[in-house]
Amino acid sequence: MGAMAISEGEKRLLRWHLYIAYIAIAVGILFGLLQVLSRARLLPPMPWYDYYQGLTFHGVLNALVWTTFNIVALLALAVRASLSRPLYSLSLGWTGFGLMTIGVAAAGYAILTRQANVLYTFYPPLMAHPAFYLGATLLIVGSWVAGANVILTYVAWRRENPGQRTPLMTFGSIVVFVLWYIATLGVAIEVLFLLLPWSLGLVKQTNPMLARTLFWYFGHPLVYFWLLPAYVAWYTMVPRLAGGKLYSDPMARLAFLMLLLFSTPIGVHHQYTDPAIGQEWKLVHAFGTFIVTIPSLLTAFNLMASLEYAGRQRGGRGLIDWIFRLPWGEPAFAGATLSMIAFAFGGISGIVNASYNVNLVVHNTSWVPGHLHLTVGTAVTLTFMAMATWMVPYLTGRALWSRKVALANMYVWFVGVMIFAVGMMRGGLEGEPRRTNLGFSPYLLPEWMPFLVMAAIGGTLMFIAGVLFLLNMAMTIWFSRQPAQVEVPISDALHTAADAPLAFERWRVWLAVAAVLIVISYTPVLTQVLQTSPFSAYGFLPSNPAPIR
Amino acid sequence: MVQDPFERVAIFGAGLLMTAFFLAIVVGAFGLGIRVPTCVTDIPPFDQPAVVEVAPGQYVVNVVAQMWLFNPREIRIPAGSLVTFNLTSKDVQHGFKILNTNVNMMAVPGVVNRAQARFDQPGEYLIVCHEYCGLGHHAMSARIIVEPRAAGDQGPDPARAVASALACWAR
Repeated sequence: MGAMAISEGEKRLLRWHLYIAYIAIAVGILFGLLQVLSRARLLPPMPWYDYYQGLTFHGVLNALVWTTFNIVALLALAVRASLSRPLYSLSLGWTGFGLMTIGVAAAGYAILTRQANVLYTFYPPLMAHPAFYLGATLLIVGSWVAGANVILTYVAWRRENPGQRTPLMTFGSIVVFVLWYIATLGVAIEVLFLLLPWSLGLVKQTNPMLARTLFWYFGHPLVYFWLLPAYVAWYTMVPRLAGGKLYSDPMARLAFLMLLLFSTPIGVHHQYTDPAIGQEWKLVHAFGTFIVTIPSLLTAFNLMASLEYAGRQRGGRGLIDWIFRLPWGEPAFAGATLSMIAFAFGGISGIVNASYNVNLVVHNTSWVPGHLHLTVGTAVTLTFMAMATWMVPYLTGRALWSRKVALANMYVWFVGVMIFAVGMMRGGLEGEPRRTNLGFSPYLLPEWMPFLVMAAIGGTLMFIAGVLFLLNMAMTIWFSRQPAQVEVPISDALHTAADAPLAFERWRVWLAVAAVLIVISYTPVLTQVLQTSPFSAYGFLPSNPAPIR
Repeated sequence: MVQDPFERVAIFGAGLLMTAFFLAIVVGAFGLGIRVPTCVTDIPPFDQPAVVEVAPGQYVVNVVAQMWLFNPREIRIPAGSLVTFNLTSKDVQHGFKILNTNVNMMAVPGVVNRAQARFDQPGEYLIVCHEYCGLGHHAMSARIIVEPRAAGDQGPDPARAVASALACWAR
């Protein structure tokens, strides 16, 4: 480190990614607040507020825009710092940024003008304005360009340093982008070949079942595209922030590789209740899903061991004393570690979702958003907020405006999501449907009310924490006068990379294995779908039960 | 690579745990018969709503989901009935969840979905649409009314039920 200091141009590129992410989440959490209040009948009807328009904004801006822009910034910086080498090309970086931003603006225009109230899963035959699909395409293509910039940086480093082991920080980041290329293939085919021509009127009818299947081919690795950058931070930054070392570097690599191989060929676990797909293939995908939980269980072990090591380095004795020795007053550490705790519950509830017939109890109930606010909504989001407390100072050169506000941000969010998630999940077990404006629902059951109110309280706390985050970042960017004195935290390992098999870096082999697994698991599924599902669905606007012919 | 005993315990422990979970769902599926919907092909299109008693105590219900109602909106059956639901959609995608049962399906236009449930307890069962389907989604629901059996009506003959259960084993 240090030999090749990061340039002002690189800093500018990366911090602009963060700014777009912050604008996105500012709008996204506002609608999140309105949703929890509306569901609990705490919001009067307001003429300007449309629940499903807000829900589309909330999903697109938080789950797609906030995540993608943060991921590009965090991982580009991680690769740049751990390789001690400039990014491959600034102009490639800005091209990716530009495409993604134009895409967000196009989709945002369609949603804002209420021509795309289709939620972030945009299931046909509900039809959105072409600008929505075009925007989604540009966001994805832009992320491909941004990913190419990171991968080319790695390729150039590899050429300059033959035979050297890839640092774990870079290894994990490369896995994220490779996984992203595999995953987005599905949604690119769905949008470019099915939805865009159909919304432009070039073809009149489409195949909703095929579109669903392509979407979920993308949709499951998508959640790992969100989660793995948090893993990169947890494995390679948090042990340093805690004052310790990563317990096992080879085991972390094993986890990343398993996630690369097994997070795509299991997408049908989102379709257990679908027609047209045989239960035998649903069970095969359930089995694959259980395999992909193993790297997350290994991550839990490895990270807890790392934290315990750090706690003991700081003078911890006995069975639990080390926990209290950890730097809970440091926002970056506290936020990331609280994210891990939330993810423990998120992961366990995820195993419930994945469990084939058990899923019948929870599918599409509010249990599912309860689960995903623990995972992407906290494990990922709160980690990004925690990392921002050093990243924004690092990239702007201005010290963090307030450590206390940052701490309040982390703890209030964590308490909020715990209340919110319990409310949503308990309500889901009582049959509360997700994605539904329940406050205005004639069938609302009285036994749901306590859980809806709980979710509203938790959601309000999360909103307050989000406002504290945005306030802190805005004050840091615009008003902080102290110079920042931060470095990228890079952890050493107790069991070092030297023990990892060299085969772990044979990317071509792993890509081939991933491709074979996908072909095996998806060929029969796509065959069944194509044999049973016709291209016969006309488009519908969300406001009109008559088809667009 | 894995020399550390703790790491070895973590890896094998994780594998064993997930194997046990997987065995549990397989037992649930094949031992207790709790199945998820499957691929249905050899059937006529069920685009006409209907409630038909196909055998004593056995019903077939064809449900057509549309923006923003289920057809039929109210299904009346006697307690103890075994009901097969065939579900499709006339327009966009919908959801179909019968509260307090294991029936949970997606309604996708152009395809038929199917699930089965036995209703032993008299009372009202709420059906909700749980997939966003447009403006009126939150108003989309239906009801199953399970009526108590009249006095003297003992439901399906127990001797026949035993015989049919035995026939399943004999196959």
